[in-house]
Amino acid sequence: MNNSVTNTARLLGAGLRALLVLTVLTGVIYPLAVTGVAQALFNNKANGSEVSYEGKVVGSSLIGQQGYSLDYFQPRPANGLGENSVNTQYKLLLSGATNLSADSKDLLKQVDEAKAKVVKDNSVAGYTVKPSEVPADAVTSSGSGLDPDISPAYADLQVHRIAEKNGLTVAQVQKLVDDHTSGRTLGFIGEPRVNVLELNIALKALVAKG
Amino acid sequence: MGPVLAGVLQLVALIAALALVYIPLGNYMAKVYSSEKHLRAEKWLYKGIGANPDTEMTWPAYLRGILAFSAVGVLFLYLLQRLQGVLPGSLGFESVNPAQSFNTAVSFVTNTNWQSYYGEQTMGHVVQTAGLAVQNFVSAAVGMAVAVALVRGFARSRTGELGNFWADLVRGVVRILLPLSVVAAIVLVACGAIQNFSGIHEVGQFMGGSQQWNGGAVASQEAIKEIGTNGGGYFNANSAHPFENPTPFTNLFEIFLLLVIPFALTRTFGVMVGSVKQGYAILATMFTIWLGFVALMMWTEFAHHGPALQAAGSALEGKEVRFGVGSSSIFAVSTTLTSTGAVDSFHSSFTGLGGGITMLGMMLGEIAPGGTGSGLYGMLVMAIIAVFIAGLMVGRTPEYLGKKIGTREIKLAACYILITPALVLVFTAASMALSTPQNSMLNSGAHGFSEVLYAFTSAANNNGSAFAGLNANTDWYNTMLGLAMLLGRFLPMVFVLALAGSLAEQRPVPVTAGTLRTEKPLFTGLLVGAILIITGLTYFPALALGPLAEGLAS
Repeated sequence: MNNSVTNTARLLGAGLRALLVLTVLTGVIYPLAVTGVAQALFNNKANGSEVSYEGKVVGSSLIGQQGYSLDYFQPRPANGLGENSVNTQYKLLLSGATNLSADSKDLLKQVDEAKAKVVKDNSVAGYTVKPSEVPADAVTSSGSGLDPDISPAYADLQVHRIAEKNGLTVAQVQKLVDDHTSGRTLGFIGEPRVNVLELNIALKALVAKG
Repeated sequence: MGPVLAGVLQLVALIAALALVYIPLGNYMAKVYSSEKHLRAEKWLYKGIGANPDTEMTWPAYLRGILAFSAVGVLFLYLLQRLQGVLPGSLGFESVNPAQSFNTAVSFVTNTNWQSYYGEQTMGHVVQTAGLAVQNFVSAAVGMAVAVALVRGFARSRTGELGNFWADLVRGVVRILLPLSVVAAIVLVACGAIQNFSGIHEVGQFMGGSQQWNGGAVASQEAIKEIGTNGGGYFNANSAHPFENPTPFTNLFEIFLLLVIPFALTRTFGVMVGSVKQGYAILATMFTIWLGFVALMMWTEFAHHGPALQAAGSALEGKEVRFGVGSSSIFAVSTTLTSTGAVDSFHSSFTGLGGGITMLGMMLGEIAPGGTGSGLYGMLVMAIIAVFIAGLMVGRTPEYLGKKIGTREIKLAACYILITPALVLVFTAASMALSTPQNSMLNSGAHGFSEVLYAFTSAANNNGSAFAGLNANTDWYNTMLGLAMLLGRFLPMVFVLALAGSLAEQRPVPVTAGTLRTEKPLFTGLLVGAILIITGLTYFPALALGPLAEGLAS
């Protein structure tokens, strides 16, 4: 009995020592070494790919923003994005999805309402949007709630509104969208996309130039 | 190019990349676990542990090592969270409550990485990096150690010796997981994943105001999260978060990382038992199931049945634009057929059948290709069952790899395949029978039931993904899911190691004309069939109430 207690204690001791040495290796040395390399070689990326406009940081090119006025290109809905509920000394972005099911009435309502709004907002004089033309990314929330991109189809749909609101020609705005459309990586990886923040920065610059 | 074709091309590229590294990585891992030499760094580690890496262990000794190491791991991680508020490097985050700390500690030690917490608002730098990420490494190394012990059971004869647990643990970390993670982490940073130790960033927004996000050692954790088939995200959105998975390329890269070791271990197995063809047969079984599931998932997701998805025009709810439907489908299948549980899109918003496919993937026991190590030993147990069934058909004592599958072996294999379904179904039934656990459901009807079934399937199989609408941060779910994870991880390991011990003691039987040729396609077919039928019979009633009811209604 006494012997087995001693043996168990010795075994747990070995387990603890193994955990501690491996913690030093994989929990201290490894992340610090990677951070060192990352900060030296990819400084901007390692720190969140911040983007500036006229010398002021206006966000990260990877993190989608909500609240753009209708003068600007609209992002995807983010109904799953939350606010933090603990450690509330901060106001952290709480990434997440709606998790509503494909047969959820709530989700159907969200989709229908978003679609009606997209149709209404983007139908301007001489350009009517049909509900069937609204792409899926314009009416669904992303997995992270922080999707920085929209599909080229959704950007194209907004061109007439943007042109009218900003006193630009449709061709000018369409060129802007085309210039900011990224195709699939190597032609087949992922989907074509437009980064909303970068597009809106370019739009603002174009409007400021007159 | 349409999205379907692009999805197929990504699949082809992924398969090509996996095929390219299969032989070198598999051979390398076989060498790692067979080598007599110790690296200098490893000798320091052994000195720190106070263990002699050359002592051979019997199966009970090997098991005791695993249990002691894991018990200490749970306790350490529990205390780290409970004390977060008073430790430095916490970003000022408070300590985590007892039930959630228990759940999270068990979750990461068992390679599950179920998360009932929101990473970005709960865990500071020290817990994430020195607690959670460490378990990402060592829990994966423990899984590989058990797999290697079982392989030695087949390869050795007339001995009780299965190797040394501490040596297998250290080598798995130092020679396999760590080098791969360093490379992968740097690739991820180069593509935009963040890697810093600064605190909370507050940056301006385009329309004015500001937003706050966490800094952190994200890329380094992301790398081992996938390589070790762990899946616990730094952020709540997991691999859907742009800081964890910034580009279409990183998405494909992360799928590659989470599949590469489980597939390559079949080569390691083949080399160690002296017949790479046996490894190919196991690989073919895993690959057939995985590819079949990917095809089914792509079909149902591109077809986007379900009223809300039909109204939207595509199954993009819970999916990111940069990945799209095709790439998200490959990720979802790969993460649930391994024990990863990382997600780049939210399974709860998949089509009814798509959600069912993710659940079925876990229910198969995560063996195609399965978790790091756990996939291989789970598949070898199924191979024993398949050999047994074949033996019954022809009335011959079954053999596998020259070892007789006798009463003791088949009892252990049967216990192995029964324990996880028992956990899943009993815990799910209990949650449905009680009134409070049901309050945690977000959706109603069949999908609400699916949320609970998914949670216990994920926990008992050590996956970690979720139908995340379920509010799992309650005492019931934190405790019961914690128990399901513990029992679902360590009871099967007991049976596997006991099996390894009894196989190693046998003398090999010679191959004769009557021996079932387990390296042939016929056996692969038998094995695939056995896996699908056994799992199907076990889970069909539960699946019929959840995803099948939802999928067929829409």
